[in-house]
Amino acid sequence: MTAPRSSALLIGVGNPFRSDDGVGGVVIRRLRGQNLPGFTIVEETGDGAELLEAWQGASAVILVDAVQSGVAPGTIHRLDATTEKLPKWFSHCSTHAFGVAEAIELARTLGELPPSLVVYGIEGLDFSAGTLLSPEVAASVPGVVSSILAEIRGLAGLKSARIA
Amino acid sequence: MNAKTIKVDFLARVEGEGGLFVRVRDQRVTEVKLNIFEPPRFFEAFLRGRKFSEAPDITARICGICPVAYQMSSCHAAEDAFGVHIEGPIRELRRLLYCGEWIESHALHIYLLHAPDFLGYEDVIQMAKDHPEAVQRGLRLKKIGNQIMTVVGGREIHPINVRVGGFYKAPSKQQLKGLTEDLKWARDAAVETCRWVSTFTFPDFQRDYEFVALRHPDEYPLNEGRLVSSKGLDIPIQEYEQHFAEEHHKHSNALHSALLERGSYFVGPLARYNLNFDKLTPLAQKAARTAGLTATCRNPFQGILVRAVETVYACDEALRIIAHYEAPDKPYVEVTPRVSIGHGCTEAPRGILYHRYRYDDRGLISNAKIVPPTSQNLKAIEEDLSEFVSARLHLPNDRLQWQCEQAIRNYDPCISCATHFLKLRVERE
Repeated sequence: MTAPRSSALLIGVGNPFRSDDGVGGVVIRRLRGQNLPGFTIVEETGDGAELLEAWQGASAVILVDAVQSGVAPGTIHRLDATTEKLPKWFSHCSTHAFGVAEAIELARTLGELPPSLVVYGIEGLDFSAGTLLSPEVAASVPGVVSSILAEIRGLAGLKSARIA
Repeated sequence: MNAKTIKVDFLARVEGEGGLFVRVRDQRVTEVKLNIFEPPRFFEAFLRGRKFSEAPDITARICGICPVAYQMSSCHAAEDAFGVHIEGPIRELRRLLYCGEWIESHALHIYLLHAPDFLGYEDVIQMAKDHPEAVQRGLRLKKIGNQIMTVVGGREIHPINVRVGGFYKAPSKQQLKGLTEDLKWARDAAVETCRWVSTFTFPDFQRDYEFVALRHPDEYPLNEGRLVSSKGLDIPIQEYEQHFAEEHHKHSNALHSALLERGSYFVGPLARYNLNFDKLTPLAQKAARTAGLTATCRNPFQGILVRAVETVYACDEALRIIAHYEAPDKPYVEVTPRVSIGHGCTEAPRGILYHRYRYDDRGLISNAKIVPPTSQNLKAIEEDLSEFVSARLHLPNDRLQWQCEQAIRNYDPCISCATHFLKLRVERE
């Protein structure tokens, strides 16, 4: 029996040179080397069009990004993007950027959302030029890592349950 | 008192990083301040003490939209300093990689960012409800640009295959041939893009701009050429800092770039087009003429149309390179560092990107200067807004705000290079 072709993605989004914006990358680097059945790890800058391409054909996607909604830094938001619209604060609102929220909502409009899409947003504090995370944001990383591991194992469990 | 204030808050989510502010009093625009935070300043400091060979990969991180431009300008700067000139297939591969970046960046801007302004949609998500085929076409075009970057650059964002002197690994002839069919589709799609965009309504607006771009005797400029302008500038890139200076403004962290002799100038697709129309391929020239353009275009709102013409060119040029490509025996030329200063200036999708480095005898960077296209256009954007708003004071706030945003987007300001987030608000006093 051959293993099924990997069609699940774990995507870390962010710019490692914009302080807390790099937390998505930090989280997925922590998850490298862990047993992630069926999942491929991808790092993205947050260009929405790249995301649309990256998840084409994927059956499940988990995405991790830094956000700023105004709550305490380090707060972890979890959204099921297949059932709820991303809140406005998720958007990197700009005249230029076509970001994560825009990609998800465009995919929804075009009927191209992955069947499963879970978004983790980690509340950031400092988005200025720099390569270090704020202490509150760094402290949230282990919690996000274990939630994602549980999520992935849950999905894997669901899959084997279906097969059985 | 008849006064109003238009405030555009770049970085509303990030305190203190900048914005646009327009003050109107007694039917006159009295003040325009554009203010963009610039990570290049941070990177200039970050580069000190790093090896010349690290600059392409470090500076590529300044911008997710135009990493190739940063890699190319930094490579050319090192090669300029160490006395190496790249010819043959390596030079062609660099042009091909740059075509990929132009295609993906122009498709993104035309379809996902700027077209909604012209068609009256809040954003592309709204536009996609009525124009799904156009959006799909834009996304596929962009993807084909990315495919070039994947094949030549090693991966689509932040290509890892570029090094000073050339590439770590040259793609095979077969790998490049594999792009041909998609590129033929892309070329047709780009011609269709010109036709589609030509049906938009363009506000009647132009000023007496000084356009600045590279010009090369044999080709439409990407990596090399002299710096020329529509007002007679014609210099080697090594003399950039004798003619251009960055001014520090009290209102802003950002440095505004200006021509010492004449002030503001305009870089990007419109500048390249006006200074190099004769170097476009016949197909690109024909697409321009069919879309109603002549060899000169001074309306910045038609920049979207010129981007479409340049997309035709980039597909054409990529197909030409692929058809003639033979892999080089060695994918790079060795360079030997020496105490020196090197200059690099290449045509990023949104205009000239200037790099200057000072190296020590081991090739360590002791000083770096990076001037991105967006900061070179800041003064022109401010002046556009001043004149543009003056003629439209009768418009209601929401309409005026819409048109201001549209006018800023004419320049495809690279917020990745310049700022991360941008929000726009209109206030009347």
